[in-house]
Amino acid sequence: MKPAPFAYHRPASLDEALALLAQHADAKALAGGQSLIPAMNFRLARPGVLVDLNTIAELAAVRDDGGVLHLGAMTRQAVAERDPRVATHAPLLAEALPLVAHVQIRNRGTIGGSLAHADPSAELPAVMVALGATFHLRSATGARVMAAEAFFTGLFATALAPGELLVDIAIPRLDGAAGSCFLELARRHGDYALAGVAATLRLDDKGRIRDARIVLVSVGDGPVLAQRAIKAVNGERPGAELFREAAALAGTRDAEPPSDLHASAAYRRQLVTVLTRRALERATTRAAARAQTRQES
Amino acid sequence: MPLVGSSVRRNEDVRLLTGRALFVDDVQLPGMLHVAFLRTDHAHARLTRLDVSVARQRAGVVAVYTASDLGDYGQPGPLLVPPPPIDGLTFVTRTQVPLVRDKSRHVGEPVAMVVAESRYVAEDAVDDIVAEWEPLGAVVDLEAALEARAPRVHDDLPDNVAAHVVQVIGDYEAAKRTAHTVIARRFHYDRGIGGAIENRAVVAQWDARAEELTVWDTTQAPIPIRNGLAAKLGLRESQVRVVAPFVGGGFGPKIMMFYAEEVLVPWAAMRLGRPVKWTEDRRENFTGTTQERGQVHDAELCVSADGRIVAVKDVFLHDSGAYDSYGLTIPINTQCTLLGPYVVPNYYSEFTAVFTNKTLVTPVRGAGRQHGVFVMERLLDGAARALGIDRVEIRRRNYLASGQFPHDHKVIYQDFQPLVYDSGDYGPALDEAARLIDYDRFKREEQPKALLAGRHLGIGVVSYIEGTGIGPYEGARVAIDPSGQVRVATGVGTQGQGHFTAFAQIVAQVLDVNVEDVSVCTGDTREFNWGTGTFASRGAVVAGSACHAAAVAVRERILDVASRVLAVPREAVVVAGGRVRAAGATDDGLTLGELARQANPLRGAVRPGSAPGLEATAYYGPDRGTTASGVHAMVLEVDPETAMVQVLRYVVVHDCGTLINPMLVEGQVQGGVAHGIGNAFFEQLVYDETGQLQNATFMDYLIPTATDVPAVRMAHRETPAPNSPLGLKGVGEAGCIPTGALFAQALEDAVAEFGIEITEIPLSPDKLARLLTGRRAPKRNVVVVEGSFVFEGKREAVYALLHDADVLGASLPGAMRLAMTADGRYEGLMKVGIGPVTAAEFTMGVTLTDRDPPRGYGMIVEGKGSFGFTRGLATVQLLEHARGTEMTYRAEVQVGGTIAAVGQRLLDSVSRRMTAQALESLHTAMRSRL
Repeated sequence: MKPAPFAYHRPASLDEALALLAQHADAKALAGGQSLIPAMNFRLARPGVLVDLNTIAELAAVRDDGGVLHLGAMTRQAVAERDPRVATHAPLLAEALPLVAHVQIRNRGTIGGSLAHADPSAELPAVMVALGATFHLRSATGARVMAAEAFFTGLFATALAPGELLVDIAIPRLDGAAGSCFLELARRHGDYALAGVAATLRLDDKGRIRDARIVLVSVGDGPVLAQRAIKAVNGERPGAELFREAAALAGTRDAEPPSDLHASAAYRRQLVTVLTRRALERATTRAAARAQTRQES
Repeated sequence: MPLVGSSVRRNEDVRLLTGRALFVDDVQLPGMLHVAFLRTDHAHARLTRLDVSVARQRAGVVAVYTASDLGDYGQPGPLLVPPPPIDGLTFVTRTQVPLVRDKSRHVGEPVAMVVAESRYVAEDAVDDIVAEWEPLGAVVDLEAALEARAPRVHDDLPDNVAAHVVQVIGDYEAAKRTAHTVIARRFHYDRGIGGAIENRAVVAQWDARAEELTVWDTTQAPIPIRNGLAAKLGLRESQVRVVAPFVGGGFGPKIMMFYAEEVLVPWAAMRLGRPVKWTEDRRENFTGTTQERGQVHDAELCVSADGRIVAVKDVFLHDSGAYDSYGLTIPINTQCTLLGPYVVPNYYSEFTAVFTNKTLVTPVRGAGRQHGVFVMERLLDGAARALGIDRVEIRRRNYLASGQFPHDHKVIYQDFQPLVYDSGDYGPALDEAARLIDYDRFKREEQPKALLAGRHLGIGVVSYIEGTGIGPYEGARVAIDPSGQVRVATGVGTQGQGHFTAFAQIVAQVLDVNVEDVSVCTGDTREFNWGTGTFASRGAVVAGSACHAAAVAVRERILDVASRVLAVPREAVVVAGGRVRAAGATDDGLTLGELARQANPLRGAVRPGSAPGLEATAYYGPDRGTTASGVHAMVLEVDPETAMVQVLRYVVVHDCGTLINPMLVEGQVQGGVAHGIGNAFFEQLVYDETGQLQNATFMDYLIPTATDVPAVRMAHRETPAPNSPLGLKGVGEAGCIPTGALFAQALEDAVAEFGIEITEIPLSPDKLARLLTGRRAPKRNVVVVEGSFVFEGKREAVYALLHDADVLGASLPGAMRLAMTADGRYEGLMKVGIGPVTAAEFTMGVTLTDRDPPRGYGMIVEGKGSFGFTRGLATVQLLEHARGTEMTYRAEVQVGGTIAAVGQRLLDSVSRRMTAQALESLHTAMRSRL
């Protein structure tokens, strides 16, 4: 379990990093290294060149830009977990971060690294899709912006072109009587989720559900937007029966889970159904509480 | 307060916590070389070609060895434990070779050894080696292994039977006829790895001037390893020093004779004249280090109307793995420990040990006892349910009474002696456990109340016994240094148990010195020449008793010398606080250090029958082991919607005789419970049909962490071992022995309204969900991709095109470029990369079979690359369709090597995605031609 030989660069700036990535076709960007380094030690990943992003300060900034929270791609997961701006601005992210692996891994692991890695069992891609985040991408030749939904294109696959880096994640504030909930079930705390659900929704003045987004973890090639379940709840009044129906749609229709050692596809569907129902209930309760607080103030 | 029995702080912790303890991998020697092994990815395959020439040329490589370089040194290893003397027993000895000669018998067997300037270079060179294998069918399932058509693990044997043993008490069949109720069940109990935090490691240094070999080894049994190595290398035992320094956990697998690496590293060091190091990595550990696995039991319990045991019958299969070098310790333990703390007047027990193409099975903490306890306790639970008797009560009714000891079960135990329980007092332990877990109130109030609130709580109570502290013997030398420090040396190795403290307490109490002033040396053959090792919960019992005997002898020496020096009778010598003085004297007398100097005079004579110094060596060899026992109880909660389980309370009432250090015992029990909970719900070695271990990482092999294991509430009972001078019984394995049975009982209780019965351990949330929902288990553990696709074109045309090398290549995953090499045979390259995995080339061969134009064909796709190998078996059918031709396909995907060991989480998704991609490219390729 020693990696194959590779060349190592530690650029001091983003531009330098982008130039190196443009220059070396077999280069890999090294963020927190929590997935890449084990893959290299198993010799499953054999990049010829590593471009280490860990000393590029400009990539690790957290910035509250009024209605939008910007997380530099190299923001450590543990830093985001403890940042009060994340807790108030994006409680869904704050709820999910403690479930990302173990604290030791979050100390090194970065927000952008997890997103660019695009593991179908990872929490953060689902959270970003549920929050409607926008990703800023840079390469030696230009910059572009895309919605989180469009970024994830398949199993460990993203829209990143060769030589391109994810540099910034912009998260809009959930306004109004909004509520969210992240739930997952794992064999042990810190394991990859057997199944997980990220849900956000808003209650309108009449108490109807609006702008619901339900995103599933570990039951597809990437974060799975549960379209049928979303359709079932949007515009409806919250209720046990509604949530049961929507959750059943998420479990049986939206999810396309794999089978593996730890969970069969059938069991994952069962879990998605249970978790979706519970997440919708909690997100609604939280949204209603927000509505209550707003009325009082 | 006497030292023995006190929770003295551990002597070794300062060194451990400040990073100053020496572990084998810490040994750094000038000019040291590093080893990496090529290990087979095939569970059962003939080695047809092995080419190490490129590896030998690589810069930094010093040597590459294969079986042909070993000559006679490559002979199979010894049989570590011969079969016990049981009438009618059959046993076939087959032991492992250091490097594979003709065929592999389990994944992970070493095939070639690379010695290089660094581990990195050594691993690069392993990649250079070309090995070609002809796969033979793998023997994996225990029952299938015994079928007449089964492949044979050992070609020269008529079948895969390693051993067959029957042990009987009374007359089962006759007794059964008198029974009121018979409970008959089939049970599966699987176990796992030791999972020590430190893997194995060996460093060897040959000193050509002194003609001495020093070997640092993580072994639990340094003296037998020293003796065996000396014999194998043609050296005197005194020329070989084996040091087992601090070792980060043993749990059983670190006692073997010999691991391949253990014989090869010293051999290479002598041959090359340079120090050589090998440290096992976790990937190697999962297949190269021994493990404990499954048994299948068909068992019957006959009881009277009032729940008393009339007779027990148990017929089981035991998985030996590819070799049976450790003999029958595990299944004999199972057979004997099943009897538990109960009166069993009639017993029929029969087992067959089976060779399989899996890693060797040797004892792992518990060593087969779990299996037996699970069977007995589950049967008792079944009887309690059938007869409407409380679970605690049925156990109490069947206990051996305190007046029934010693109790001879008249069967043979693992130490070759009759299974005699020396002492025990089970009823009070049961009462105490029930009280501590609050059994009555739980059933009366807590459980029904919780259920009303929608929470499913369950309780369990089980008991077990453990034969511990077996012979043959251990020894110890105790010496008082002129500094006043006491030095203790013993032959056993230590792996974190606290021997540096427990042995020090025993000696310090006898000599009346401070525990910190006693330094203990374990596991260095130069320090102590005799002994066997640390296993079978015997270290404290056997070596501890030897330390005691040596300390008593030193105390006698102290009295002799002090009597002379102080010029008073022996009876008037007071030994206290590290000093000696004359009784009634007003001065402080001498320190023990000063006395030691006096005992080693520069002038004068050592009189006949005497010896210099304050030193003594003593041995302790018990006739047979001593019986520890305990009761475990737990409360857990199940979420029936998700099948997730949480243990809420855990109680252990444990009796290991006289306690040396309650804190150390509690640590052992708590750790054992963690191991047991892992065994019950988290850990399982998953082998596929081809013998690939599918979860060879700690990502997929789930060891419970601190968040998954409850803090155990513990109570001690002390029924001294009558035949041990200190009354000691063993404790190292106790915590994990009954946990599986307990977990099953508590789980059934929590979801009683579902009426499920648990006959299998380990469980998992998925398995539990199946039980709760009635969903059926998948029949086989294989990845299958299937589907259908419609082509616009006539069936004959489609069939013909599918024989075109380009089209066929397009139909297979991974953008394969194929060339036809014979009719129906194609070869080429496949490039596969996904996510962080670098695109790697696989050399592919495709063979079409069962061709039935134009209706379809079968296909065998085989590929190999640096990540391992893949094999697909596909059937393709073509049907007339309104829009052309419908192709339906079904393929089973097998993988081996690294992708099998670490990539299972993604195999299904990747296979499906690659299939989808392949169909797209096939469609494109066909459309342009149809």
